[in-house]
Amino acid sequence: MKKVILVRYGEIILKGLNRPVFEDKLMSNIKKSLYGLGKISVTRSQARIYIEPENESYDFDEAVSRLTKVFGIVSVSIVWKIDSDFEEIKKYSLQMINQYINELSRKTGRNAARVISADIPGSAAFKVEAKRGDKKFPMQSPEICMELGGYLLENIPALRVDVNSPDFILYVEVRESTYIYCDIIPAFGGLPVGTNGKAMLLLSGGIDSPVAGWMMAKRGMEIEAVHFYSYPYTSERAKEKVISLARILAQYCNRIKLHIVPFTDIQLEINDKCPQEHLTIIMRRAMMMISERIAEKSRAQALITGESLGQVASQTMQSLAVTNAVVEMPVFRPLIGMDKNEVIEIARKIGTFETSVLPYEDCCTVFVAKHPKTRPRLREIEEHEAVLNLEELMEIAVNNTETMVIGE
Amino acid sequence: MKHEVYLDNSATTRQYDEVISLMADIASNKYGNPSSLHTRGIEAEKIIRSARETIASTLRADPGEIIFTSGGTEANNLAIRGYLDANPRAGRHLITTKIEHPSVLEVYRHLESQGYRVDYLDVDENGHIVIEQLKEKICSETAIISVILVNNETGTIQNIEDIAAARDALNPGTVIHADAVQAYGKIRIMPSRTGIDLLSISYHKIHGPMGVGALYASKRIKLKPLLFGGGQESLMRSGTENVPGIAGFGLAARMTFEKIDENFEKVASLKRRFIEGLASTDIAHHVNSPQDALPYIINIAFENVRAEVLLHHLEQKGIYVSTGSACSSHKKNRSHVLSSMNIPPQLIDGSVRFSLSGDNNDEEMDLTVKALEDIIPVININRGKRSGRK
Repeated sequence: MKKVILVRYGEIILKGLNRPVFEDKLMSNIKKSLYGLGKISVTRSQARIYIEPENESYDFDEAVSRLTKVFGIVSVSIVWKIDSDFEEIKKYSLQMINQYINELSRKTGRNAARVISADIPGSAAFKVEAKRGDKKFPMQSPEICMELGGYLLENIPALRVDVNSPDFILYVEVRESTYIYCDIIPAFGGLPVGTNGKAMLLLSGGIDSPVAGWMMAKRGMEIEAVHFYSYPYTSERAKEKVISLARILAQYCNRIKLHIVPFTDIQLEINDKCPQEHLTIIMRRAMMMISERIAEKSRAQALITGESLGQVASQTMQSLAVTNAVVEMPVFRPLIGMDKNEVIEIARKIGTFETSVLPYEDCCTVFVAKHPKTRPRLREIEEHEAVLNLEELMEIAVNNTETMVIGE
Repeated sequence: MKHEVYLDNSATTRQYDEVISLMADIASNKYGNPSSLHTRGIEAEKIIRSARETIASTLRADPGEIIFTSGGTEANNLAIRGYLDANPRAGRHLITTKIEHPSVLEVYRHLESQGYRVDYLDVDENGHIVIEQLKEKICSETAIISVILVNNETGTIQNIEDIAAARDALNPGTVIHADAVQAYGKIRIMPSRTGIDLLSISYHKIHGPMGVGALYASKRIKLKPLLFGGGQESLMRSGTENVPGIAGFGLAARMTFEKIDENFEKVASLKRRFIEGLASTDIAHHVNSPQDALPYIINIAFENVRAEVLLHHLEQKGIYVSTGSACSSHKKNRSHVLSSMNIPPQLIDGSVRFSLSGDNNDEEMDLTVKALEDIIPVININRGKRSGRK
């Protein structure tokens, strides 16, 4: 018997001739994500990926936790690989289920509505699901289910059969070797990062932008991030916070290049020369222009923002149109139709929420107008911008941008 | 390298070089556990005894009245909770002030949840408690009164003699706990002569190491420990002693007390210079610290400025200060001390604490005033703001 990890991927198998491209990328992302855990061999067969560690002491739990963050993967199981021989299947299934019942009873505890325990006859409802991929195997799938189920039922008193709502399922997949397992751990699906171009994420340090980046990475985009840094109007901790957020995102995207743009001089210029109610929108436009330039330098083909329609004054339909008018690249706003609660839910799930809510003064809270315009007109904004020395300041900002690679 | 001006000495101080070498020497050469029976152990025990004697002498106390702790927070917790735990019949009523350090305030909040009745005394616009109010509150049920001797944000000094007199008159059984973390080493405190029963001190505020503090507990006070274990510190504080830290603490105390009057005079003159310097500029400001405050702590409100923004601008010029409130956009983070003194919220948002030590000098005060003159107009929140509306 050998313990291996079985990885299932979904959407990729729908691809036609491009499929190997996606599969190769997924394999390479898997290898990157498991880097440092020990030697493994990664193989692919029949729309599955198998990860076999060389060493038995391999940290399977850590590996699973990392794999569930690799986009393209639909689910993961820790499986036992055994010979395709019915006596072997019986022997190891018995052992696996005995272990699994103990795990279940630990998880449910004594005070659960229904206690599952090896000591309580019939307390664990189960069924067997068999798949015969290797047609040379002498028994058919239903036959395997019946024979194996009957054998287990006889030998483990805690078991009872319930095909409609079992507490767990024993999966038996007979291929060249046979794989048995009880757990299927869901992952996020999506497409392997790196199969869908590269985009530049405007990462502020709030709740929204990391979620926006995560959602686009989930569709296979490689992500770089740009942060606008207004020291000494904000604290150095604000920068540390953005780096921590990028580090969390990097768990999903292999690694992230983070560009930190010194933005203070531009903010002061806008603050000094433009009317208060337009500060935010002009600042947003400057951010978009700079992001596009950095994106071009990095060969990214799009921008990503965390904007959500109507959330704040700079995210009304009119404001978005005015902001959008300064760039030529497509701007992806994956949160555009989401409520704050929905965004927070994802932020919690992916692990960025706790970091996002750390209270450091960021540029948006220092340079703010009491009553920003919610319906700016493009021509008016452009007139105000004309008095600014933006071109020169933006060039200085881009040239002084500090770039770091996070997650390597 | 630009000259560094460190004006955050109430947060922590730079350790004396002598303290650092002493601790390094002990850590590498006298590394025994004081509980060990061999020579190394006895050597360590002697180091602690000698530090204890030094600390006791600075407070005119008996060495048996000093309990070493991990710092001011633990000393405050041990004083209050240790006393109530050992004296369940002392009463269910407690008194403290609205301007305590969190390591006292949060203990009382916890005790409230445990069923104690707690009165939090108001302060006047100078940060002083009103003795009349204290007198109204003391009753036969009052177990303990905790007062911060020198407030950490404003430097306000409470008149402990008046507090003790009120206690003596109304309920002599009530115990007085003074949080002297900011006062120790700056003014002379003699707890047994002023009626203080419990007194907390910490060492990194006087150029000693972090992670060491002490509680003075008068002989007549019975305490129960917070930590149980090997029974160190006469059963009051289990855990292997931080021998190098305690030795460093002893030396820092000795060095500080040798210069206590000299330093006080020096810092008082630095404060005058700074306040006068500021007054000679156009900077709109208010001094939050009262005139009779401890000169080591100067709290100043700048109009139309956000304190944290000012802090980072000063930092860029190598000047380190601190703010009472971390982020002005979150109301609940506004300093409870300044709020209690009825300072308007917009001034609290622009309040900065400059805290001095005997290591600062005239030139640094002038540099700071100059830096403020440069920075304040630049960061004014109304800077450049105009309306485009017609």
